[in-house]
Amino acid sequence: MQLVGTQFTSESALAGNDIATVPDFPAEIRAPAGTLAGVSSFQVNISSSEIFTAGDEPNVLVAMNPAALKANIGDLSPNAVIIADRESFTDANLKRAGYTSNPLTDHSLDKFQVFEVDVTKLTTLALQGTGLSNRQVVRCRNMFVLGLISWLYQRPIESTVSWLENRFKKSPEILDANVRALKAGYNYGETAELFASGYKVPPAKIAPGVYRNITGNSATAIGFTVAAQMAGRPLFLGSYPITPASDILHELSGYKNYNVYTFQAEDEIAGVCSAIGAAFGGAIAVTTTSGPGVNLKAEAIGLAVKVELPLVITDVQRAGPSTGMPTKPEQADLLMALFGRHGEAPLPVIAAATPADCFECAYEAVRIAVKYMTPVILLTDGALANGAEPWLLPDVSKLPPIKVEFASKVEGFMPYARDEETLSRPWAIPGTPGLMHRVGGLTGEHLTGNVSYSPSNHEMMIRLRARKIAGIAREMKPLEIFGDQEGGDIVVLGWGSTFGPIREAVKQMRSAGKKVSHIHLRYLNPLPKDLGEKLRRFKKVMVAEMNLGQLLKLVRAEYLIDAIGCNKIQGRPFKVSELVSRISRALED
Amino acid sequence: MATALTRKDFASDQEVRWCPGCGDYAILAAVQKVMPEFGIPPEKCVFISGIGCSSRFPYYMNTYGFHTIHGRAPAFATGLKISRPDLDVWVVTGDGDALSIGGNHLIHVLRRNVDLNILLFNNRIYGLTKGQYSPTSERGKITKSTPVGSIDFPFNPITVALGAHATFVARSIDVEQKHLGDMLKRAHAHRGASFLEILQNCNIFNDGAFNDLTDKAIKADHQLVLEHGKPLIFGKNRDRGIRLNGLRPEVVTLGNGITENDLLVHDETNLALAFMLGSFEPPMPTPIGVFYCESRPAYDAEATKQIEMVTAKQGKGDLNKLLRGGDTWTVN
Repeated sequence: MQLVGTQFTSESALAGNDIATVPDFPAEIRAPAGTLAGVSSFQVNISSSEIFTAGDEPNVLVAMNPAALKANIGDLSPNAVIIADRESFTDANLKRAGYTSNPLTDHSLDKFQVFEVDVTKLTTLALQGTGLSNRQVVRCRNMFVLGLISWLYQRPIESTVSWLENRFKKSPEILDANVRALKAGYNYGETAELFASGYKVPPAKIAPGVYRNITGNSATAIGFTVAAQMAGRPLFLGSYPITPASDILHELSGYKNYNVYTFQAEDEIAGVCSAIGAAFGGAIAVTTTSGPGVNLKAEAIGLAVKVELPLVITDVQRAGPSTGMPTKPEQADLLMALFGRHGEAPLPVIAAATPADCFECAYEAVRIAVKYMTPVILLTDGALANGAEPWLLPDVSKLPPIKVEFASKVEGFMPYARDEETLSRPWAIPGTPGLMHRVGGLTGEHLTGNVSYSPSNHEMMIRLRARKIAGIAREMKPLEIFGDQEGGDIVVLGWGSTFGPIREAVKQMRSAGKKVSHIHLRYLNPLPKDLGEKLRRFKKVMVAEMNLGQLLKLVRAEYLIDAIGCNKIQGRPFKVSELVSRISRALED
Repeated sequence: MATALTRKDFASDQEVRWCPGCGDYAILAAVQKVMPEFGIPPEKCVFISGIGCSSRFPYYMNTYGFHTIHGRAPAFATGLKISRPDLDVWVVTGDGDALSIGGNHLIHVLRRNVDLNILLFNNRIYGLTKGQYSPTSERGKITKSTPVGSIDFPFNPITVALGAHATFVARSIDVEQKHLGDMLKRAHAHRGASFLEILQNCNIFNDGAFNDLTDKAIKADHQLVLEHGKPLIFGKNRDRGIRLNGLRPEVVTLGNGITENDLLVHDETNLALAFMLGSFEPPMPTPIGVFYCESRPAYDAEATKQIEMVTAKQGKGDLNKLLRGGDTWTVN
């Protein structure tokens, strides 16, 4: 199903629609088929106008078995279309999904438009004479379904055909079977007169330029690669596989000709330590993980803070604590990112708002790390990682520069001397004659970095590093307020992947005449200087986040603003309707 | 190249702060003595350590140095060496650092065969935390944390390294300066991960742990110096040797019909022999020297090779192409 969803999304993007997707799959690789736990789904929203989410209530559900129907029916809009593979609604499958009677025949689906299609039978018929085994034929069912929904939405299938040609280059008979199944599905839609009519979704009015479809993990990988190329240095990724971050490792390991070294370490700790070692040697160093991995890396991140080496730690957040729900998104690592280290160890934290924004944030994280000689934490989450949206390709020449200037002057060299403006120390890499020096975790003396137990030096170094990080706020552009610039009844403050639902909810309420605004944070540390002042322009401040109120705590602590929390911790993004009702309630209170 | 390097070129200006009489001084002296012989300028050398007494080592070398966190030095060194194959990278660690908290990193760096020189100072005690037993302490050892004796079975660093399929495994002793220097040179010459265990006396918390091997009066009866291609002979009068009795090694005295020809001949390329010698515990003599040495591609060299291979095949990465990966479409 993930494949059908991805291809349908590509077809739609090529048709000029705005798109947003939410893949949802179990953590188990082959969870028992037919059970609720084993349902793998892919939600896609296509539109002729600008959209920000994959939608609250799907209009069409394709259910390949009873479990898929049961798991998703609660989300459907009234009168939605359900396309069900009739043959899969067997007694055994119904029982596995927990149905006591067949929903296709017991009238429980009467408020929906149900279309029963014998997918297996029709696919088998279409592939008669190909000589493929039964098993191979059954594997083409997904292409039949893709063809059918492509017809329903009037999507051209040429791009899928060429995608198949590429994928099955080496096995022409499998290629032929898939194309046949795809076309059979498409033609079936046209000729079977099953549906009264198809849907037409004209192209959306979106900014001109060249687009591609991108997931958050891909955008992150590309962002790092472009940053390293712009810096003129090799990229080093030290990482240990973990859901939902592993795709960044996979993708970067395919970019070797961009001077990218990927090292699959023995554990999370070695992942970050190897990256710090590479940073010491002058590479653009990154490590990628999810929440549990950040915990394991914490001690090493503290070392990077202390020795002041550039490093980006990517936390693709997932539902916790502990193993939690590995494939589901959550935003509950914010306070860990900010404070989850022993000692005073501040570092910049930035969060991506959309899949495509992961590119800019990954790039920005590298830029800040190098400029300020500091580790940076980049927060994304499972929804961004696997969700896709059209990405207006950036003009590389207009990206902010990433300047790497290694120290080389021997006279007067001191490893912990500081730049007057940024307070960052020089990056003096091994191989440079005359600059031999030692760094380490022990408190170092100002300027020389030599081990020091001086009480006043210790405090000075802590304050210096804290000032260095706080100073990054100088660079930030004024915060954007979506809505009432001079203030209004309520502002919804968000960060990370909640951008889509918040923006959509605020838009809807504004078109209904409500004085609702939206501020979205990319920089969580340091916070933008104008945040407090801008929040105070509003009568009420609501902080919407997928945790128990972590940014809320910060806002209250930093600005003494009596903000209201809006929280959801279900491993699923906010629905627009949920936000609208929560904001409405807050307005009434 | 200008004037030849000397020992001074490798000594930093930092005051050495180990306890007076610590075996680490001897090791530092040996390292500073051999480094100039490699002809590699100090700026191309990096010493990386974890935590513990041994891990203060980098501060005293006038090279680049990184005193990292407990047990993780091999991981830092791996990242550095992969991305900077031009550097001469050394790891300095101890029995607690390498075999307890850092056990995982040690076995993996060895099996990967990253081109590093790993020096494990084994004093069979925790020094910096002031006297607890270590993973190499003998069973029954009375320490601060084992008042009625340790019930831990100890690790043997040599067989741990061999078990991890290290490509160079050797042992020396802090006070055996000549032998130690030779082993450092051998370790340095080896391409891949070189593992050198250095038995080191902690005169504060475990004084005399290796007396048998260092006391001039008796050491010849306890040291078995391994030399490739030579029969295994030891003893003050060089009249004792190791003979195989079936598959079991035994100590024999030369004479009475037993000649050198009956003795086992050391072969550095024989892994089974290396395991056997590495497992020697008293009353067998303690072998020092190179147990095992084999040639296997180094991880860092292979990583660079892959980058070169892919670049040669696909051409140097083009950012435009990278951004336009997959289907693109144009909106006018």
